[in-house]
Amino acid sequence: MSVEFRKDLFADERDDDLNEVGKPTRRQDILGHVTGRSPFFDDHRFDGMLHIRCVRSPYHHARIRNIDTSRAETMPGVVRIMRGADVPVNLNTLLSLLDFGKDDEPVLAVDKVAYKGEPVLAIIAESEAQAHDAVNAVRVDYEELPHVLDVEEAIKPGAPSVNLTYPNNKFEFYGGTDKQKLRFGDVETGFARADYIVEGRYQMAPIEQAPIEPNGAIALPETNDRWACYTSTQGLFFTLGTAAKLLDVSSSRLHFIGGTVGGGFGGKVDGLCEPLAILGAMLTGRPVRYVLDRAEEMQVSAPRSAEVWYIKDGLASDGRIIARQFTGYFDSGAYTRLTSYGVVKCTGHLPGPYTIPNVQSDLYCVYTNRTPATAMRGFGVTGADFAIERHMDKGARAVGMGPLEFRLINAYRDGDMKAHRRLAGNCALIESIQAAAARANYPLTSEYMQMSSSQGGGGERAQIPATRLQDGSELPAGTRRIAAADHAPGLIPQVGVDVPVSGKPSTSATPAAPAPAQAQTQFAASPAMRGYGASSLGQSAPPPAPPPPAATPAAEASPPPAAKPQGSPGPRYSRYSKIGNRRR
Amino acid sequence: MAQLPLQFRLNGSDVAVFADEADNLLSVLRGKVGDLTPKFGCGQGGCGACMVSVDGKTVLSCVTLAQNVQGRDVESLAGLSGEQLDPLQTAFMDGFAAQCGYCTPGMIVAARALLRRNPNPDRDDIVEAISDNLCRCTGYEPIIDAIQLVAAQERGTRA
Amino acid sequence: MAIHKGRGTCAMNYPIGMNLGGDPSQALVHSNPEGKFTVALSSIDLGQGMKSVSRQVAAETLGVPVEDVYVDTADSDTGPHCMGSFASRGTHRVGNAVIAAAKEARAIMLEAAAEELEVNAADLVTDGQGNIHVKGAPGNSISTQDACNAAQFKYGQSVSGRGIFLIPMSDVDPDTGEMSTVSCFAHTAMIVDLEVDDETGEVSNVRINSAYEVGRALNPKLVEQQLIGGAWMGLSHALYETTEPYYPSREHRPYSFSSYPMPGPGDLAQHDISILERPAPDGPYGGKGTGEMCANPVLPAVANAIYDAVGVEMDELPITPEKILRAIHEKQRQGA
Repeated sequence: MSVEFRKDLFADERDDDLNEVGKPTRRQDILGHVTGRSPFFDDHRFDGMLHIRCVRSPYHHARIRNIDTSRAETMPGVVRIMRGADVPVNLNTLLSLLDFGKDDEPVLAVDKVAYKGEPVLAIIAESEAQAHDAVNAVRVDYEELPHVLDVEEAIKPGAPSVNLTYPNNKFEFYGGTDKQKLRFGDVETGFARADYIVEGRYQMAPIEQAPIEPNGAIALPETNDRWACYTSTQGLFFTLGTAAKLLDVSSSRLHFIGGTVGGGFGGKVDGLCEPLAILGAMLTGRPVRYVLDRAEEMQVSAPRSAEVWYIKDGLASDGRIIARQFTGYFDSGAYTRLTSYGVVKCTGHLPGPYTIPNVQSDLYCVYTNRTPATAMRGFGVTGADFAIERHMDKGARAVGMGPLEFRLINAYRDGDMKAHRRLAGNCALIESIQAAAARANYPLTSEYMQMSSSQGGGGERAQIPATRLQDGSELPAGTRRIAAADHAPGLIPQVGVDVPVSGKPSTSATPAAPAPAQAQTQFAASPAMRGYGASSLGQSAPPPAPPPPAATPAAEASPPPAAKPQGSPGPRYSRYSKIGNRRR
Repeated sequence: MAQLPLQFRLNGSDVAVFADEADNLLSVLRGKVGDLTPKFGCGQGGCGACMVSVDGKTVLSCVTLAQNVQGRDVESLAGLSGEQLDPLQTAFMDGFAAQCGYCTPGMIVAARALLRRNPNPDRDDIVEAISDNLCRCTGYEPIIDAIQLVAAQERGTRA
Repeated sequence: MAIHKGRGTCAMNYPIGMNLGGDPSQALVHSNPEGKFTVALSSIDLGQGMKSVSRQVAAETLGVPVEDVYVDTADSDTGPHCMGSFASRGTHRVGNAVIAAAKEARAIMLEAAAEELEVNAADLVTDGQGNIHVKGAPGNSISTQDACNAAQFKYGQSVSGRGIFLIPMSDVDPDTGEMSTVSCFAHTAMIVDLEVDDETGEVSNVRINSAYEVGRALNPKLVEQQLIGGAWMGLSHALYETTEPYYPSREHRPYSFSSYPMPGPGDLAQHDISILERPAPDGPYGGKGTGEMCANPVLPAVANAIYDAVGVEMDELPITPEKILRAIHEKQRQGA
């Protein structure tokens, strides 16, 4: 194993003369790690701590007719049995905190279960073993329902409704549509002009994040009518907000402690344990610990979603991809969790890091009777990139080019227009390919070794083409309907980044002025922020402003946003802003 | 279930607790003795985060009956460092051989047990010695390197 | 029956931070009277090195040694809001928030130093070793400890700062998918060489050559940790892992690590890495996030190498020996 830093590349865009940044400093937390003293959530122990185990569905899909807990209630050590009715707001969707999607998932199932392993009851007992024994003593009378496990079957007419909030088994995206569309140019025209058509089907596996530390939380009453919660969450306030909503308490009455977590990889975003542990502490007045066991981690904590992909490419004989079409099905399992977000993120990622003049995509977030999926390392991208990069190899073979050469001639460059109608900038795909090829003695001819991300982009490649919409109508060339920039610089004055909209070609993105010490070239105080604690940053004078972004293709290629499309949502804000208006 | 008295030595000190017949060693160490250095990862003997030594041999404490260590010598990560760190701990720090740190206690216990029974391990010996210990972060490479480094250092010290 | 060698390639980019933005992170920085700084975050360190990166970024911006900074994560009573550690957002979003907070604190520290030295604060620089001096005149200096002490005990100033970083949330056009996604991308390219046994379907002797472009390696060893560990996970995804081996069937599901195979320490690939740094215009000191991208390229590169070795299209993950063997047999049957 060896690691080399290619400091020769992009050297003129970097100030390497820094004091602490760029140094291989020991980790701050490493002494705690090697002595076993780092405070993970489960390293906090409290007298009288109780434990939760859940009764879970043995069926993929079933109606709950009756729950008999009479025997379990009398079991040794059982303190309390929590049902769905005990959860103050027993319906949620994680992204309601970002105002995206409808509440669709109960904490504890009430009328029906929609996947094998769905929690129905949470039993609190003096010990985990006692809670476990009590789980086995509960009798739930289920009426099994037809189920569907295949994404393409699930969206056919007549398929069983998995999720009552979305009875057609498809999430509703912006504008109420049942799929997330991407339309750029006209793929049919591209296919008609192509010399080769390449088609493929790909499948991403569901994967367990498998951090060695399981999901868990310990909650306890704190002084002054608050509750503390020690947690393994990857998003402290995200999970706190979720718990506050489900438990219908003010967020100011919850005190979350975490931040030292034994791996996550996306598997600790859903807040599976915190709400029930806190509810348990509320109902019993005692510390309550709820930790998933490994079998639960494997099968009922959310995995990376499975995905099914269809890709069709139209290729010119010289190797250019002139049209690319995607149809993708993300298997969300029984509830939404974060899959809808993954679909939108993926749409913005397509067609991969290549400049293609005609792109179309239809992605579906599909409900099936399996464990709800969630985030995992590479969320929304890993499966798509597997499909794209497998497909790129087939394309290279079709046109008779080497696989890296084929990628290089299609690689995106600074100033190119991407399919989501934003300009590319700060690109480095070409250089990455060249560096990997050099590492592996992959022979690239000088023609390919001389390519550069900062040259050859923009111009024709910066144009937004006339676009065929699904209803057959044509959107004129150059149309943008969403506020133009990735950043509104005025909205991030605290950082003072004089940031050009993405897509500024690197030739002008490189500050021409001599770089002051440290990194002020990147963090130069903008005029807007002077007086905001930025007047005395150790600079004798404000550094020269980077070249004005006036000549950026972004400015050229983006006419003022036209009227918003019908049904387009208004400005969207975090639900946090609404919470602020609710008095509790 | 009946609570039975249980006595053993932990890191050189006598320990006496009451434990269920069915209690595993990990839950006794963490819940009753207060040694939090062994970690719960799976409870199935599948990850090694709970690894400790009993009479010099490594065991997975989550699948070891507590009553089985009656009268025996148990050593956890907490026993490896006194006033000074074990050289393995230093090597893990300098070699960036830990990320989340959750598997680290078991890894170091496994590595120390190896170096005690085989002061001249080759790479394959190290791989075998930590093959009960899962790490989801590092890809193992820096862990193997750190153990190799300490083995070489300790050979040098003895020579 | 034979061992076949194959080579596969791929290239990718990866978006940094939550898609569409709308994911703020905040930081609070403050000094005690000895000039030792605390950075309060509610961000999570789950092994990626959040605490360490924030610490180095804070020290760089404050102009003090890294030993003078301690990062406290994740107490919701003391750490200001952060969306969380996911979407490769920590380094980029939190890093920027820490810079903003550290700048504010630094300004106050320098104002106090200017009073003490009877100079203009705008003429002061830090040496990164715990000293503040007049630009061009290192002799005319004061320690950061004395400056912070004076600020608090003489001038009644809190040496502290607040920072937030937000990319405002974008809308999405339902008809075209137009959106402002993220502000910067990391990049990678990979070449995998391996061997396939056409009798057992097993893949072995995996050798990876990779390039990763990370904006700036804020701590090169932390980057290395991510890239090596991430590629290991990518190999695991490519060849080993799934919770549903016969998806969409739910049969034969694993319930333990014993039935959820991953590469052990004896199954590692040889991995040689080149790291490229093209600073992101809005990244903290140019930094992007490497935590997610690093696993992705291994999946298709391995599949492409298997095609190169034995001529079968492995389009469904994971690529188990069973799938390879079935595909080889199918190919032989069709060829026969």
